Amino acid sequence: MTGKPIVQFKNVKKSFGDLEVLKGFDLDIMPGEKVSIIGPSGSGKTTIIRMLMTLEKPTGGEIIVDGENLWHMEVNGKLVEANEKHLRKIRGNIGMVFQHFNLFPHMTIMRNCTEAPVQVLGLSKKEAEQRAVQMLKKVGLADKVNNYPFQLSGGQKQRVAIARALVMQPKVMLFDEVTSALDPELVGEVLQVIKDLAEQGDMSMILITHEMDFAMEISDRVAFFADGLLMEEGPPQELFNNPKSDRLKSFLQRFSRV
Amino acid sequence: MEIFNWSYAAEVFPTIFRAMFVTLGITLASFAVALVLGLILTLLRRSPVKIIAYLTYGFIEFVRGTPVLVQLFFVYFAWPLVPVIGFEMSAMTAGISTLGIHYSTYLSEIYRSGIESVDQGQWEASRALNFSKAKTWTKIILPQAVPPVIPMLGNYLIVLFKETPLLMAISVNEMLMTARNLGSQVFSFVEVYTIVGLLFLLLSYPSSLFVGYMERRMNTRYMRKAKVQKMKKEDVIS
Repeated sequence: MTGKPIVQFKNVKKSFGDLEVLKGFDLDIMPGEKVSIIGPSGSGKTTIIRMLMTLEKPTGGEIIVDGENLWHMEVNGKLVEANEKHLRKIRGNIGMVFQHFNLFPHMTIMRNCTEAPVQVLGLSKKEAEQRAVQMLKKVGLADKVNNYPFQLSGGQKQRVAIARALVMQPKVMLFDEVTSALDPELVGEVLQVIKDLAEQGDMSMILITHEMDFAMEISDRVAFFADGLLMEEGPPQELFNNPKSDRLKSFLQRFSRV
Repeated sequence: MEIFNWSYAAEVFPTIFRAMFVTLGITLASFAVALVLGLILTLLRRSPVKIIAYLTYGFIEFVRGTPVLVQLFFVYFAWPLVPVIGFEMSAMTAGISTLGIHYSTYLSEIYRSGIESVDQGQWEASRALNFSKAKTWTKIILPQAVPPVIPMLGNYLIVLFKETPLLMAISVNEMLMTARNLGSQVFSFVEVYTIVGLLFLLLSYPSSLFVGYMERRMNTRYMRKAKVQKMKKEDVIS
């Protein structure tokens, strides 16, 4: 894991009206690196990856993806706000899995996974279906191709959502509290899929999670956010076993096993 | 003298029946205009260019706030006199465009409600998968927004059908005009107007039953989804 970072946050800030959710932070993600972001709710964790996915616009700072500025572009030597074309170009490097799955309810599982490759990447239907089946196998749902989302359990839906994002072959994959909306007994199957991905993949992953054991197990690095600031970051063992800040200590206490 | 002359009624019935197809043609043509234009208005109203959005909003409110009859007279009699952009139309064209434009403003409201009922997450997923704006609309949003509002669109089709006699005001030979012309030849209007009324009823009543059936079907389709979610919630509690 050497070389240039695939994603760089440089003094990134975000406010919603008067509410300053992120007060400026720096964070680099290396190619292939798995980074978990933890922290109390309301600490702006989700906003971080939503800005990277271009679902929210930062109010300050810069986000660099694979060497290119995400929210700004150069026109005649001047840095101006990115237009939709620029955003689309860079967004192609990034994939995202949502807390509430957001599968397309009017499409079969197969079409959920092939629509974007066909419409966006310009693959033929056949190529797209081959890719989709390959990814659905990875998440263990190749037998559901003809089903509709409403026929699946929450865990299955989330696994389809992961496959759907994988088919686009992003360099960076974002996971936004992907198990928070699931029944407890379905969490395991989704985490297992992500763990497998983390083990095989050279894809970078940024995970927002409340599953501390899981974060510890799969992450190369963990970042702890609180009150809109990046409080602490480092290898998971270090962070979980020797927290430096009081904020992180008290946060981890609430998760400590009884 | 009898009030209702059956043999006269039988004599004029075929002519009025033929005019019914003119009425149906006007209805379908105007509705087609309204369906397409309504969607365009909905999309323009959501334009990120504020001036376009406001102008569209203004147009919709203006058209909805003035009577169809006035619009009909304006389009047919006044529009040809407007310098530069004005041009003359046949009564039929004027009638179909006016009804089409008028109803497009109602349909645009219906489309809007359909679009707003699509979950925000669908937009976000489309963005995350890098769909273009146009593809997001045509592949993801509209296929989910339109089916649930089809029954409401159907209701407006029936209302529009019943408004077509207005075109008589600019001498379009639809059912009511035909009936009046027939009636005035012998100064007997009971038969002709009764026939017109019955023909309207004959078409609109089954149509509204059909729309009601569609509505129930759509409801069950969407309730199935709601039920699945509700069941899951109870599972968590138990």
